Amino acid sequence: MESWRKVGLAVRKKIAFFIILGWLLLLIGDRVDELRVYQGAQIAMYTIALASIVLLTGYSGQVSLGNGAMMAVGGYAAALTLNNLGSPVWVAFLIAIVASSLFGVLLGIAAARLSGPYLAGTTLALAVGLPSIANQFAFLGGEPGLLFDVGFPPARLGEEFSQYKWFFWIASFIALLALFITSNILQSRYGRTWRAIRSSPLAAELSGINSSRMKVLAFTVSSGLAGLAGAVLAMTISLVAPGAYGLALSFALVTGAVLAGISSLPGVVLGAFILVIIPEISVAIADSLGNADKLNNYLPGLIASVLLILSVIFTPNGPGEKLRGHHHKKK
Amino acid sequence: MSLNVSNLTVHHGAICAVNQVSLAVPTGKLAAIIGANGAGKTTLLRALSGLNHPTHGSVMWKGEKIVGMKPEVLVRRGISHVSEGKSVIPELTVRENLELGAIWRRNAKESKESIDQVVSIFPRLGERIQQRADTLSGGERQMLAIGRAIMSKPQLLLLDEPSLGLAPLVVEQIFQTIRDLTTSMNLTVLLVEQNAMGALRIADIGIVLNLGKVVAMNHAQALIDDPAVRAAYLGY
Amino acid sequence: MHKILETILIGITTGSIYALMSIALVLVWRSTRVVNFAQAGQAMLSTYIGFEIASRTEIFWLGLAFAIVAGALLGAAVDFFFMRVLFKHAVSGAAAVVAPVIATLGLLGLIRSIVGLIWGGDFKSIEAPASTNGFTMGETTIPFSPLNLLVIGIVFSILITLAVIFQRTNLGLSLRASAYAPEIAQLAGIKTARIRTIGWAIAGGVGGVAGMLFASSNFLTPYSLDLLLVFGFIAAVIGGLESMAGSVVGALVLGIGLTFILNYVGSSLVFIGGFSVLILVLLIKPDGIMAKGRARRA
Repeated sequence: MESWRKVGLAVRKKIAFFIILGWLLLLIGDRVDELRVYQGAQIAMYTIALASIVLLTGYSGQVSLGNGAMMAVGGYAAALTLNNLGSPVWVAFLIAIVASSLFGVLLGIAAARLSGPYLAGTTLALAVGLPSIANQFAFLGGEPGLLFDVGFPPARLGEEFSQYKWFFWIASFIALLALFITSNILQSRYGRTWRAIRSSPLAAELSGINSSRMKVLAFTVSSGLAGLAGAVLAMTISLVAPGAYGLALSFALVTGAVLAGISSLPGVVLGAFILVIIPEISVAIADSLGNADKLNNYLPGLIASVLLILSVIFTPNGPGEKLRGHHHKKK
Repeated sequence: MSLNVSNLTVHHGAICAVNQVSLAVPTGKLAAIIGANGAGKTTLLRALSGLNHPTHGSVMWKGEKIVGMKPEVLVRRGISHVSEGKSVIPELTVRENLELGAIWRRNAKESKESIDQVVSIFPRLGERIQQRADTLSGGERQMLAIGRAIMSKPQLLLLDEPSLGLAPLVVEQIFQTIRDLTTSMNLTVLLVEQNAMGALRIADIGIVLNLGKVVAMNHAQALIDDPAVRAAYLGY
Repeated sequence: MHKILETILIGITTGSIYALMSIALVLVWRSTRVVNFAQAGQAMLSTYIGFEIASRTEIFWLGLAFAIVAGALLGAAVDFFFMRVLFKHAVSGAAAVVAPVIATLGLLGLIRSIVGLIWGGDFKSIEAPASTNGFTMGETTIPFSPLNLLVIGIVFSILITLAVIFQRTNLGLSLRASAYAPEIAQLAGIKTARIRTIGWAIAGGVGGVAGMLFASSNFLTPYSLDLLLVFGFIAAVIGGLESMAGSVVGALVLGIGLTFILNYVGSSLVFIGGFSVLILVLLIKPDGIMAKGRARRA
């Protein structure tokens, strides 16, 4: 009974933490301008997406470039629900999670038998190809894509309440909820089992863990999260189109996760922040160097790639590793 | 003394596999290194051929300090190492395995002459010269491994358990061949073996390693006659 | 009947380009146990350099030569500076499995960004050295053109050259030995690190040819070679990552198969077709169609 109370306390502490965090975000949202609020929504979206990578790669050790494609699945599923079924927004988000989880199961079944370069290459293929599939089918809206409109903020929030702030509220709420749930999953025996599989696959098998099933589960949950992030992304740009979910997105996700600590859930906030900051920085650089199109298109990628390479070489487990010193050598 | 090992210490992670080993082998002599499993014999050879890096100590070969040099450099200094169990590349043919040993010499004529020499020592290899090495029997593979080592015209030959897994008759042959080669090519040989009797019988010097340390070093015959060695390693 | 023949011929043409890419991937995999995704980037950069030369001098072959040299230098440079640094910082913990793959992906992104910054993203085309009009036989024109024939010719010349190098020269023997058993090769006196760099250089040069041929049959952007990488990878997997001959067969089969889908079903399913083949092979016969049941080490 003692342990029950302890568990209860930990969870209650966590809930309190998230509520306080939510409250802080609310306050911040009130005080900053439109652009920052919009970026806040983007950060929220990235945290969810990066959480999916932390779970899949950091915890269960599977390198996948397919999360961008899973985000596309979620985004499209949500858009189709919203547009064709006229359902409320939260239903659309739910469908996004369900749809992408289903695809995640499929991908997971294929991926469970693969490792290292085979898995990376296969998911790379998926990332390269899936968005182009959307181009081919009319009901998916082709290249221009589909509209994604969550509607105006409710009247009782006042006339001053902007659309972007509404996005920010929705995105933050979803992100907090998603992080809370993910944090619980990662700290449960599922999380421990994934880490066991990652660090010592043979020992895990020998202790009776069904690696394949756990790997598929990791893909499923990770894809569900990614799908949710994809729907949130669609909301913030009011659009689902193949261009938004391309290879560049999958790259960005891997980059953000590695930069922030590939197995650190709290790190996703830092990673999301960095992902949103990089385009800002590159715009600033581009402006000072003369605003060429080329610079705008490729400078963010350059900065991101350099950061990724440096951090993979020098802090592959994220900067947190260096900070934590030798305490957690085998995380 | 062409080979002089001085206080050599080699670690495997935290474990000290070779512990302050000192030994000397005169030119042209065959030294048998015997000892139980895990005594550090293989690690010692790997340190001498450059595959492992010692933590302390020095090795002098032909008047030169060789610790820290890469294996491919040491080959050019006349050191050839036939490692335990896997010194043959199964996907390559017998001829290719042999040629491999002489590529660095960059002399096609010499390489061909060396192959002829190896074939005259091991006629069975000549019969199978075009076959893939994975079709060879255990004994033939060992011959091929030794043959490849000879192709680099070594002066120091390091052999790690050549008798492992071979039938007694084949073992006899191989040991005899090693003895003949030592004499005819004036090789300095370090022969690591679990087959202590067989090794000591063909050796000039015997060295006993236990838990990484040298516990005995003497003329081979003296060790064969030594009751303690007999009891521990020779089985009688 | 005509259509089947055309499809097969075109399939062989596209397949042979994939074959070059897949050989390059297998070569690097065998010598270093790393799938170097940055090879797509190396091929891309080499191709852009080739494009520059070809468009300024209006001589395709000069551009091709520069692409090969650039590819070889890039391959050697990536191995020398990048891979060696990577392996020196031995990785443990969560990222151990993941680091080399991610590093090569990062390198791919880096090269792509650099190419984009220098040349921009607009479509470039490389003037092909042969006509793209189909051969005419009497009144019929088949979609198989002199350019296609040239591509097949170039690829097969390269394949034969590589086969000769690998099977009949000391360099080839060193390359094979270093890939099969690096320690034994070292003990035989082979400078395995240098040999590995040479292997990467060869792979880079071959990749450069693949890029030039691909771009001259399609178009060139910082993203257009991604498909080449993907199909090259699939071909390598079909053949089993260990076998260069296998990946050539896999590439031809893939090329023909995809062209059939293109001609008989529609362009929308080409990618899905290729992807399905990949998944099927990985699930059913992960060692590749050509492998003799050897364990697949990732």
